[in-house]
Amino acid sequence: MEKSRTYRYIAAFVFLGVGVVLFLALNIGIGSVRITIPDVLRIITGRKTDETAAKILWDIRLPRTAAGMILGGALALSGYLLQTFFHNPIAGPFVLGISSGAKMVVALVMVFLMGRSARVTSMDMILAAFVGAMMSMGFVLLLSYRVQGMSMLVVSGVMIGYICSAVTELVVTFADDADIVNLHNWSLGSFSGMTWDNVKVMAVVVAVTFAAVFMMSKPLGAYQQGEVYAQNMGVNIRLLRIGLVILSSVLSACIVAFAGPISFVGIATPHLVKKLLGTAKPLLMIPACFLGGSVFCLFCDLLARTILAPTELSISTVTAIFGAPVVLWVMAKHKKEKAA
Amino acid sequence: MGYYFKTKQMSVGYQGKPLIRDIEIELDKGEILTLIGPNGAGKSTILKTIAKQLKLIGGVVYLDKNEMAQMSGKELSRKMAVVFTEKLKAEMMTCQDVAATGRYPYTGRFGLLSKEDAAVVREAMELVHVTDIRDRDFNKISDGQRQRVMLARAICQEPEIIILDEPTSFLDVKYKLEFLSVLQELRMKKGLTVIMSIHELELAERVSDKILCVNGKYVERLGRPEEIFRRGYMKSLFGIETGSFDEESSSMELQAAAGKPKVFVIAGGGTGRTIYRRLQRQGISFAAGILFENDQDYPAARALAADVIKAESFEPITDALIKKAKEKIDCCESVISSKSSFGTFEKANEELLRYAAETGKKVEILS
Repeated sequence: MEKSRTYRYIAAFVFLGVGVVLFLALNIGIGSVRITIPDVLRIITGRKTDETAAKILWDIRLPRTAAGMILGGALALSGYLLQTFFHNPIAGPFVLGISSGAKMVVALVMVFLMGRSARVTSMDMILAAFVGAMMSMGFVLLLSYRVQGMSMLVVSGVMIGYICSAVTELVVTFADDADIVNLHNWSLGSFSGMTWDNVKVMAVVVAVTFAAVFMMSKPLGAYQQGEVYAQNMGVNIRLLRIGLVILSSVLSACIVAFAGPISFVGIATPHLVKKLLGTAKPLLMIPACFLGGSVFCLFCDLLARTILAPTELSISTVTAIFGAPVVLWVMAKHKKEKAA
Repeated sequence: MGYYFKTKQMSVGYQGKPLIRDIEIELDKGEILTLIGPNGAGKSTILKTIAKQLKLIGGVVYLDKNEMAQMSGKELSRKMAVVFTEKLKAEMMTCQDVAATGRYPYTGRFGLLSKEDAAVVREAMELVHVTDIRDRDFNKISDGQRQRVMLARAICQEPEIIILDEPTSFLDVKYKLEFLSVLQELRMKKGLTVIMSIHELELAERVSDKILCVNGKYVERLGRPEEIFRRGYMKSLFGIETGSFDEESSSMELQAAAGKPKVFVIAGGGTGRTIYRRLQRQGISFAAGILFENDQDYPAARALAADVIKAESFEPITDALIKKAKEKIDCCESVISSKSSFGTFEKANEELLRYAAETGKKVEILS
């Protein structure tokens, strides 16, 4: 039993690892200009080749792909943390309105700063998004004490999301024309226009957060079994809950700041990964979720860029198509288990 | 003063409001304390406060001479295990996985099990007889199995004291006995101290060294089973209105039929109970006699019969008593006897049977 399980874990991680590498390669290679793998290697290693290809690769595709990988992982991880926190299988940063809250504050800050023609740094954006995420999270937490049941919690989150989106639309509508295009794309969710500066900042933030989450995997495992039993194991529940709220908000904020709100990756990925691993152990789920989220996002971004090229779809359009059915499946499964 | 577990003027309740005050418990190492009392009386509240799941409202709790409020969660997790009524959430976990979570206080940063940990888990599962279901999904086993896995998990914690809230409620009789036997075994071998709430009074009486009776407002009694199980006490503790509980035999009877007795039942030595209960089911009021006070049938007769003609234990049956019984038969329509032949000291009943036949009563002799 133990042995066959270990093999399964190894196989799952190999599968996810191969998936990440494969989609990294595809994302870098495929586009309006096709760049072959040997060319990519040649450009990266600095041997001289085609100037335009090198420019496309360095300035557009590589940062975008890197961002897709990092943010995709972050999304899945924040979804996993929220699901664990609320003991609710359909929680995620998008459905709980956390992404929308972050989006709203980012939009407000951007319009305000751009109006004064001040420069908006990556860190500013993350901070603004974090404030917004915490605001929504605060509301959801307040409501979660009053409403019982997983569907009510999600309905509350969706409502908060609508309110925040409405405010964002309002702000965008009144913003200067030049900004609107930019803001509008971003407010729908997109990996386009990523710079290396962006990537550096998000890599640091996500790496630190990931490490913190990973170090919490033992108490998280106890927390999954219910507060009563976690408490008896000596877990400091209050501290753990605060940690979960902050870390999941940081992750959500980072995503929104750079790519806007992206739906369904956060909810769907943990379930797919759990199915793949055959366990819900945080020690394995945390890294596996990250990889799974990367694969999922890279795959969706590839489709978003290529299906109707040269027109680009918003990333959420694609993630919804693949993510929503997963959520429906989870809900149906959950109902069935409850009935049994 | 070497009590292992001790509470001093402990008050428990919710949100700072005391529900039960001044609870004084003193337990030696290896003693079993059970909490009994009606539903909602505060048994779980007391247990949860002891386990630090609820804030202590007042007083002090000592564990092994240390004040529990001062103990860290980690320290406590190596001393105290709990099995509560809250279901343990176990997604995609086998029974062995769940039992192994009890090793939490002993594993390292990432919670990986060492060889020693695995051995402890294996031993614990064997002790509660769940080894054969170790690879089954924890969510797909029966309540009884689940409860035993929970006990295995608690044992893995290698506790000195274990707190259990109604641990036997969903177990069938075999597993009830087995569950409590395991607790006794742990107490013998490892000096485990046990505090638990229990609804089965007969089990509480048998397994407990001490019993704490809670009635929702205060602790009514704390003492050894023989001090608690006194005539009529359970009726008052639980506010029993229909039916009855007999403390001496730990058995309960349903509400006796109302009205004047129509049937006179002659029995004794344990042959009468089934007849009394059949009549109760049929709603027929009856009188029972002549029974010695120490007869096995006596508790049931006292609970179910409208009248019991009782004779003093170890004394000959007097003529006056026989006369009284005959008068009672005169008022009844029929007589049921559990036997046709009688022993030396119950010849009086033989006389009653004859009397019934002579006076033209309908006589039914069973067996």
